[in-house]
Amino acid sequence: MTHVKISMAQALNQALRDAMKADDTVMMFGEDVGALGGVFRITDGLTAEFGENRCFDTPLAESGIVGMAVGMAMNGLRPVVEMQFDAFGYPAFEQVVSHVAKMRNRTRGRVELPMVIRIPYGGGIGGVEHHSDSSESYFAHTPGLTVVTPATVADAYALLRQAIEYPDPVVFMEPKKLYWAKEEVDLTEVQPGIGTAVVRREGADATLIAYGPSVPVALEAAEAAAAEGRQLAVVDVRSLVPFDDETVCAAVRRTGRAVVVAEASGFASVSSEIVARVTEKCFHSLAAPIRRVTGFDIPFPPPKLEKHQLPSVDRILDAVDDLQWEDS
Amino acid sequence: MNSVEERLLPSAEPVRLLDQNGVPHDHPSYRLPDRETLLDGYAQLIRGRRFNDQASALVRQGRLAVYPSSHGQEACQIAATMVLREGDWLFPTYRDSVSIVSRGVDPIDTLTLLRGDWHSGYDPYDRKVAPQSTPLATQLPHAVGVAHAARLKGEDTVVMALVGDGGTSEGDFHEALNFAAVFHAPVVFFIQNNEYAISVPLAKQSAAPSLAHKGIGYGVPGERADGNDLAGLLAVLGQAVAKARAGEGPQLVEAHTYRVQAHTNADDATRYRQDDEVTPWLDRDPIKRLETYLNHQGWLDDDVKQRADAGAVQVAERLREGLMPEPEVDPAELFAHLYAGETQQLREQAAFLRDELAREEA
Repeated sequence: MTHVKISMAQALNQALRDAMKADDTVMMFGEDVGALGGVFRITDGLTAEFGENRCFDTPLAESGIVGMAVGMAMNGLRPVVEMQFDAFGYPAFEQVVSHVAKMRNRTRGRVELPMVIRIPYGGGIGGVEHHSDSSESYFAHTPGLTVVTPATVADAYALLRQAIEYPDPVVFMEPKKLYWAKEEVDLTEVQPGIGTAVVRREGADATLIAYGPSVPVALEAAEAAAAEGRQLAVVDVRSLVPFDDETVCAAVRRTGRAVVVAEASGFASVSSEIVARVTEKCFHSLAAPIRRVTGFDIPFPPPKLEKHQLPSVDRILDAVDDLQWEDS
Repeated sequence: MNSVEERLLPSAEPVRLLDQNGVPHDHPSYRLPDRETLLDGYAQLIRGRRFNDQASALVRQGRLAVYPSSHGQEACQIAATMVLREGDWLFPTYRDSVSIVSRGVDPIDTLTLLRGDWHSGYDPYDRKVAPQSTPLATQLPHAVGVAHAARLKGEDTVVMALVGDGGTSEGDFHEALNFAAVFHAPVVFFIQNNEYAISVPLAKQSAAPSLAHKGIGYGVPGERADGNDLAGLLAVLGQAVAKARAGEGPQLVEAHTYRVQAHTNADDATRYRQDDEVTPWLDRDPIKRLETYLNHQGWLDDDVKQRADAGAVQVAERLREGLMPEPEVDPAELFAHLYAGETQQLREQAAFLRDELAREEA
């Protein structure tokens, strides 16, 4: 056992380092990822260790970055690219939707694109305009993409290693609010996570379904609820696509009540998809309509107002209180 | 030694080695290709023209959904692939079917997209031809990626990336040129300037002195050629490919040509241009001028002509016969190529469609 206490940022860095060591076709590139090590230091030291051919800075153009990765993946390499911030990734949207997502399909499986698009996302870090979007729903909506987001340090390492080895393109959403959260982890123990949700906490009364930055908030809410005598289960979705219906629905069936927690605006979102799926599949197990705690349908607020947009323990507990307990 | 201007600026006039009357002209930087190359090019032009016209006819007969023809642009189509080696890559647009076929891809597989039985019908790795791109200029960053990967792997691959005049307005055109220049990627960006982006003429597309000038801002040398002169195109593109292969970085070539037909069969060109604009271009036809020159040289004997005609007849027959039967499509395939593995959700949706079809049949 080699337990170490590291942050999610360090775990992601270690995952890149180990992947590049294990496979010399793995290439890391993007804006400021070279000498600087990325604005969040996720690529810290990679250029020094592996050279400029393996980890390099690109011109400041996201469509070019993703488009070049497509070509490199077509030609036998495994590119990992960084979009510096969620909202700065939008110039690459056409490449992602029209090419990254569709290449396997349009060529009848002849061209695989083993590539990873890393996107730091979400708020809670006091970022000014365009630095705090939750853009996961755009990608989850697009057939052909695999979309994952870690909520723990261990998952950050394991999911990124798996994403890099994956035969399909993976949109890897990194909750930047959790970059500095530290955990004791054993990086030699890697469980595959793509396609699977995981129950982070058992509880008999209601299920909180969350992902990415909302998982620690949900766990905190469950802790607070337990103090008040209500036992809440917490499911970490972590793989938005493919979605693990089985684990999520099993958890909801055990409790009969559920709240979905997500930072993104609720309208036409991953959270609304989860509610729809669970309702379709588990209707007869439900004692109350599923509630959601999401961001409002507004542009992400400026730093001094962002706390009103983020799911909070209180909002989660209020939503749980609203699950028609009087009827049971 | 060379000033920046000398290195980057295109020629003052498009390079033309054979004028529209088939008369050869000396050029300080480019030489006429040899007899064998021109005769091969001639046969390919004849075949390309027949391919275009047969495909258009098959649209009218309902055998193809749509066909964006390169009629009149065949010299560009042929030259783009004639200058490549076996291991080189071609990144075509939707109007470049003739180029794809001249690269050796089966004509029927080439037309899968336009027939509508799948999106791309050929194996891109087979002849090193990327899937035809319909979103404009989006294939150009891919071309840079393939070239950069080749360079990192120590291969001397050159990538020929095709784009139209309209495509040079897209952001991806500029990002691709910039990336290619910064990474010194062996890409030849080849603009077929046919004067129209559907209905919008070049004057409304760009105020640049020429599209080849667009390379200057990125440090990419530009050159321009008469797009209906196969000899000039082979010389210019051949040199661009040689430079890219020799490690001189990306090259930009603009061919001046003209879309003598409508954008596609679904377009009505009379709404935006007059016939008297088109007519002079018919006299600049790429086949006619090469034929005149070859005849004048005494190189176009019956044997050569027969072989060229035979190639054209063969490709036309292949199209007619290959496209006549209704293509077999399999609804189950709709779910087959999204991911390397299966997902529960797609399994369920495939089963739904299967059941629906079974009920319809019952």
